[in-house]
Amino acid sequence: MISLKDIQKGLLVSLWFVFLTFPLLVIKVNPIERVITWRWYNMLWIALASFCCYLGVRVYKSRQLTRHKRVKLGIVKERAAWSVRILKEPSVYIPFLLVVGLFALVFPWIFSTYQTNIMVTALMYIVLGLGLNIVVGVAGLLDLGYVAFYAVGAYSYALLNMHFGLGFWMVLPIGGLLAASLGILLGFPVLRLRGDYLAIVTLGFGEIIRLILENWNDFSQGPSGISNIPRPGLFGLHLSLDQSITYLYYLVIAMVLFTIFVVNRLQNSRIGRAWFALREDEIACQAMGIDKTRTKLTAFALGAFWAGMVGVIFAAKTTFVNPASFTFLESAIILCIVVLGGMGSIIGVILAALILILMPEYLRAFSDYRMLVFGAVLVTMMIFRPQGLIANVRRTYNIPKV
Amino acid sequence: MKMHHKLLTMIAAAALTAGMAAGAMAADTIKIGVAGAHSGDLASYGLPTVKAAELVVKEINEGGGINGAKLELLVEDDVCKPEVATNTATKLVSEGVNVVIGHICSGATKAALPIYRDAGVIVMSPSATNPELTQSGDYPNFYRTIASDDAQARTEVDFATNVLKVKKIAVIHDKGDYGKGLAEFAKKFIEQDGKAEVVLFEGVTPGAVDYSAVVQKIKRSGAEAVIFGGYHPEASKIVTQMRKKRMKTLFISDDGVKDDTFIKVAGKNAEGVYATGPADVSSNPLTKKYRDKHQQAYGSEPGAFFDNAVAAALALTNALAKAGSTDQAAITAVLRSDDVATPFGNLHFDEKGDAIGVGFSMYQVKDGQYVQIQ
Amino acid sequence: MDYFIELFFSGLTRGSIYALIALGYTMVYGIIGLINFAHGEIYMIGAFTALIVSTVLSIFGLPLPAIIILTLLASAIWSASYGYTVEKIAYQPLRNAPRLSPLISAIGMSMFLQNYVLLAQTSDFLPFPALIPDFAFMEPYASTIGSSDLVILVTTAVVMLLLTWLIKFTRTGKAMRATAQDRKMAMLVGINVDNVISITFIIGSALAAIGGLLIAAHIGQINFYIGFVAGIKAFTAAVLGGIGSIPGAVLGSFILGLTEAFATGYVSSDYEDVFAFSLLVLILIFRPSGLLGKATIEKV
Repeated sequence: MISLKDIQKGLLVSLWFVFLTFPLLVIKVNPIERVITWRWYNMLWIALASFCCYLGVRVYKSRQLTRHKRVKLGIVKERAAWSVRILKEPSVYIPFLLVVGLFALVFPWIFSTYQTNIMVTALMYIVLGLGLNIVVGVAGLLDLGYVAFYAVGAYSYALLNMHFGLGFWMVLPIGGLLAASLGILLGFPVLRLRGDYLAIVTLGFGEIIRLILENWNDFSQGPSGISNIPRPGLFGLHLSLDQSITYLYYLVIAMVLFTIFVVNRLQNSRIGRAWFALREDEIACQAMGIDKTRTKLTAFALGAFWAGMVGVIFAAKTTFVNPASFTFLESAIILCIVVLGGMGSIIGVILAALILILMPEYLRAFSDYRMLVFGAVLVTMMIFRPQGLIANVRRTYNIPKV
Repeated sequence: MKMHHKLLTMIAAAALTAGMAAGAMAADTIKIGVAGAHSGDLASYGLPTVKAAELVVKEINEGGGINGAKLELLVEDDVCKPEVATNTATKLVSEGVNVVIGHICSGATKAALPIYRDAGVIVMSPSATNPELTQSGDYPNFYRTIASDDAQARTEVDFATNVLKVKKIAVIHDKGDYGKGLAEFAKKFIEQDGKAEVVLFEGVTPGAVDYSAVVQKIKRSGAEAVIFGGYHPEASKIVTQMRKKRMKTLFISDDGVKDDTFIKVAGKNAEGVYATGPADVSSNPLTKKYRDKHQQAYGSEPGAFFDNAVAAALALTNALAKAGSTDQAAITAVLRSDDVATPFGNLHFDEKGDAIGVGFSMYQVKDGQYVQIQ
Repeated sequence: MDYFIELFFSGLTRGSIYALIALGYTMVYGIIGLINFAHGEIYMIGAFTALIVSTVLSIFGLPLPAIIILTLLASAIWSASYGYTVEKIAYQPLRNAPRLSPLISAIGMSMFLQNYVLLAQTSDFLPFPALIPDFAFMEPYASTIGSSDLVILVTTAVVMLLLTWLIKFTRTGKAMRATAQDRKMAMLVGINVDNVISITFIIGSALAAIGGLLIAAHIGQINFYIGFVAGIKAFTAAVLGGIGSIPGAVLGSFILGLTEAFATGYVSSDYEDVFAFSLLVLILIFRPSGLLGKATIEKV
């Protein structure tokens, strides 16, 4: 499997990486005291690591190639991806769903409050991912400022509660609606833009919202943020910390189920088909008589609506909001969830949100290395599964040939 | 990998429940949480606290622990982000932490405090300076070994108007939680005193490639002094550009700037810059002792807020020892009544949670070093 | 009037800094249609390499001119190598993948490189040596425009001219333009597209390294996070001018820099970024493909 040529090339690759990382990994300078520290041992590590990585990739590639050949020759049948198999076979996915459902139900009773707490965060990101999925995955509008709507939701709960004493349940739909109307407001001027121009404008929009929250003290209390936001109440009962996190957990589970239900119905509705059509070909879509403006605006508004609601939950969960939580990086992470999951695929988004949000928490053991690993994982996953974890299974119609 | 972790957590959860039952009978270890930014761009503000806690705990454990109980450190990273801080706090609470040293940033502290409050855990921060934390009365479980922002702004303004006798002051900040809060207090105090005039009040964008437009604006405003609220990277950029434009405007800043990195980065341009910071305690024997220990253990000079963190660790362990239990009320009583020897001298805390006797002094950069001048 | 001129120069400086980074974005976008989010990180790596090399050389006791030249060379070479490697690892395998996959790969690469430098070097701010001396002849104008501003402006202008010459009149430039126009067609006429893409990354990264060196010398400090803000701004500038167009990137950068400077000078620096982004939205509403971008008319 590994030929001599591979090893030769591997050596060259490792030599290249040694050269590449030489100034940054080997030399460390202190410009004040003018001391140089040479860390030659790092060279060895890099050489070894890159050599092994290269060989690993080669082996993987050659195995894929032989597999591909054998499929072509008809020796083995092409195996459908495991995800597709799970989804297609009712005898597989019904018990699977039951197990997952049961696990989700008892989760807070098995695991510690901390585990439940980070699970709540992960579930919130599932809803965010599903919301952005409508905009990016289904309608194909690249939105890099999704976090703005999230911020609107969070601040609407914080502010409405502070000024008017409105409760969580009251603000939940209000936050969603405010975000949605902002989505429409943003949608109008930028609808003419395409692809990456749209991306940068939404990015700018997200930054504008954050900067306003940061600078307009009279409105949002600026960077020091708003604290003491009440957690969601349960018929006026007093809940301890553990109880309220458990309560929040079930609340978010319900929210996830609701979102999945709505998004699923939407995708198969008239408007959903229109979104798919829009994503595939705008011109053809218009020719078919679909109102492009309205279709795009509904996508924006619905996506924003979900972000707004999750924003309200976010404020209730952390009991504190400040603009630092709504940076571009947050938008990027949500986008990663959508793309990594497989654009337009609901299960993919759920899986990706769980991986991407829980991973940094469990990577705490690596402490300093966790963001490094996170970045590397993103790149690797994209290289090996560019279409996402679970490619969206589109409904296909088999028309028998006449 | 994931399965593996789940299994681990399950075992850990089981162990935890068992551990809690045992802990009720005899507390053989006291758990001290250390929370703050240990990675990311603010790590340099959070890591010295971990080292301070390690040194103090090691010393106490070598001396037999507190009332026979060994101390155990639980170190958790919050990257100075509020939403991560709540996870960190929940994690510490569910691991049964008794007291916490941290968090480092005010925003993260604010987000985490309600969780500790509900769990009855006392928190002592070496560096969270937001006035609201103690003055709002919302967090009876919070203490700190650093003076609050308004005290610092007071020192800066008094120095500018009474000692330097400037009449026109430009107040600049970095739009951050800490910097902007401080700048607003400075502005308020200047306007209240009426001895000088605020000719400019503006925020700069941290990380921007160039501040020359703001510097031009300062020059045009005719300010005799700049009061800057924020951290040293922005401060050194602004000072450098002011000096490059041959402006002689005085520069007064805060303890985010009273960091040796500022002098290293700004070089000769740092000369003459004023900055407030905790009183110089280098002659205190306790300060010396822990700084020497740090040098021995880690081979380098301690970083930001190290002395404050040592003070917090000493105050908490002292309170735990004297209270004889990990009960919140008992610890609170000791913290408020008993003086404890720290690098800042003998300290106890007022009802709001501020340490009495920790104040700010004014420093100036002279020949590449901060020298206390007041 | 003096105040206006001062602000104008400060805007120009900012603009030329953005331009040096924006060129890399726009060239890569023009050729493979990818927003290379890791480009800001390449700029940061350029600055770090420059810091390390210049410190080492000055400890070895080389004279200042030699240090400047060698540092410039080293940081350009290593940045270019990083750009080349990043392309080979993270983007080339995704050439035929869905449109957004390379974007996520780029975001991942950006996080990776940031944390790589953080771990390999330090999280602290490091002072950058004063590679640009204060010229004596600039002293009378020091309050309006500094020596480093002048160097930045001149270098940017020279680099722009060189780049224009390269693209317009050399074989490589021709190949690049052809690939940008139609990749398949370029392949058919015998252009090695993979090589052209690699060359684009190399040139873009080397330009970013020059930018990194100049900016670091101008503001006197660096850390691992400087690439992020500068990268986003430069990207904005590239889009403003019409992404994919080289003169557009330069024009967009200057407009962005000047807007920020005047917004700070006459309104408030609290909202300088709000002004910058609002301007972007406004321009794109009226010219949906940027100032100099070609409006693509899709035919069915």
